[in-house]
Amino acid sequence: MNHRMQCWRGHTLLAAFLLIAALPAVHAGEVSVAVAANFTEAARELTARFAAATGHRARLSFGSTGQLYAQISNGAPYEVFLAADSERPRKVDSTGHAVRGSRFTYAVGALLMVSDKEGMFDDGPAFLEAGDFQRIAIANPDTAPYGLAAQQVLEALGMWQPLQRKIVRGNSIAQTYQFVATGNTDIGFIAQSQAVSRNARNGTAFGSSWQVPAELYDPIEQQAVLLTRGADNAAAAAFIDFLKSDDARTIIAGFGYSVPYLNTAQR
Amino acid sequence: MSLDWQPVYLTIKLAGLTTLLLLLIGTPLAWWLARSTAWYKQAVASVVALPLVLPPTVIGFYLLLLLGPNGPVGKITQSLGMGVLPFTFGGLLVASVFYSMPFVVQPLQNAFESVGKRPLEVAATLRASPLDTFFSVVVPLARPGFLTAAVLGFAHTVGEFGVVLMIGGNIPGETRVLSVAIYDHVETLDYTQAHILSAGLIGFAFLVLLTLYIVNGKLNRSDAL
Repeated sequence: MNHRMQCWRGHTLLAAFLLIAALPAVHAGEVSVAVAANFTEAARELTARFAAATGHRARLSFGSTGQLYAQISNGAPYEVFLAADSERPRKVDSTGHAVRGSRFTYAVGALLMVSDKEGMFDDGPAFLEAGDFQRIAIANPDTAPYGLAAQQVLEALGMWQPLQRKIVRGNSIAQTYQFVATGNTDIGFIAQSQAVSRNARNGTAFGSSWQVPAELYDPIEQQAVLLTRGADNAAAAAFIDFLKSDDARTIIAGFGYSVPYLNTAQR
Repeated sequence: MSLDWQPVYLTIKLAGLTTLLLLLIGTPLAWWLARSTAWYKQAVASVVALPLVLPPTVIGFYLLLLLGPNGPVGKITQSLGMGVLPFTFGGLLVASVFYSMPFVVQPLQNAFESVGKRPLEVAATLRASPLDTFFSVVVPLARPGFLTAAVLGFAHTVGEFGVVLMIGGNIPGETRVLSVAIYDHVETLDYTQAHILSAGLIGFAFLVLLTLYIVNGKLNRSDAL
């Protein structure tokens, strides 16, 4: 074959190779997700599963729900918002930052009172009333829904005012967990999912823990919403769909959340 | 608009006490750094200057570990019956002293170095003891340095945020200083309060610096007689 035909064959092969190599890039999208601090570990696992299932990448940013909401209100480039309450997603909806009808509950959280030390308490209310501790950590009720829930519990037990001097506020539930886990506060209110993660991570449970009865606080309905920034992003829509899938719901339930409409064994 | 004064008082108290402590601790340290010929002098100077380059969150994080119940200092404070320092005003004081140290020690060191050897030698020939020399000769000559050190130490502590966020615990009346209060107001979208506090802080900072430069200018002129 002459030189010209050889050149054409080479160029065709090169073009075909580039086209094939470019295909994944055409299909693999990226979505920016704002995640409430309590959902950190679950979000990471979901992201890995999401990438395996769809090839899309999710970039996660963590913070307290209130902090993330403030950022979104001021134009932060998130495309999906995973809050720890339903109030902020509702506000995002009403201020026009969200895609209508995309808001849904992806998990229901539970509050846990824990201590680093063993055998500190079995009966939470009695222990709180006895007051035999120096400091109690909660998340800031103004910015973190789990902190608000903790405040509701303390108010229901009549201990909110009496304990004011002993309350240490973490700026997110993640910092609150850090205060308790390092023993810097004697006790604290954390998210149940954080205790589950700790157990999964290094096989240890907190020294003492008290499952707070659900009637003492408003249900922590964690809602997700597609933000207007992500309205045209196929990866963002895919992420929302993925969150609703049985696959994702099983993972979420595995972290200690209650999941609405889970098709496998109900919690 | 009502202003929440508690963080303001708390911040002034913290910055004032920190500056006082740093002047007491920093003066001998700066004097030693200015005069010593020990082989480890520069190592000590580097340690003192560390807070200049370390992110405040790093300082706060390690202080949280050190001062906490599982850290060496925390164990000491607990055995003394003082509990642990994080989440207390005392803990913030300790953190601020460490965090603002280079801002006090370095101006003092520079001022002491610029005094030079001559005045000290002359004082010695006039039978002044080292202590007498220090207070009668060095301090007056280093006056601009003391002023700079005090003002910088104070202003730097007022602006402290990362460290307080790590070990403060945001307790109203105890660790909720101005910078944290402003942060809280912004996070909860209470921009009015944030504006009031921030504008006040900027105005204060400007006045402080203006005073510093004016007084320093006057002192320099009066010395150059």
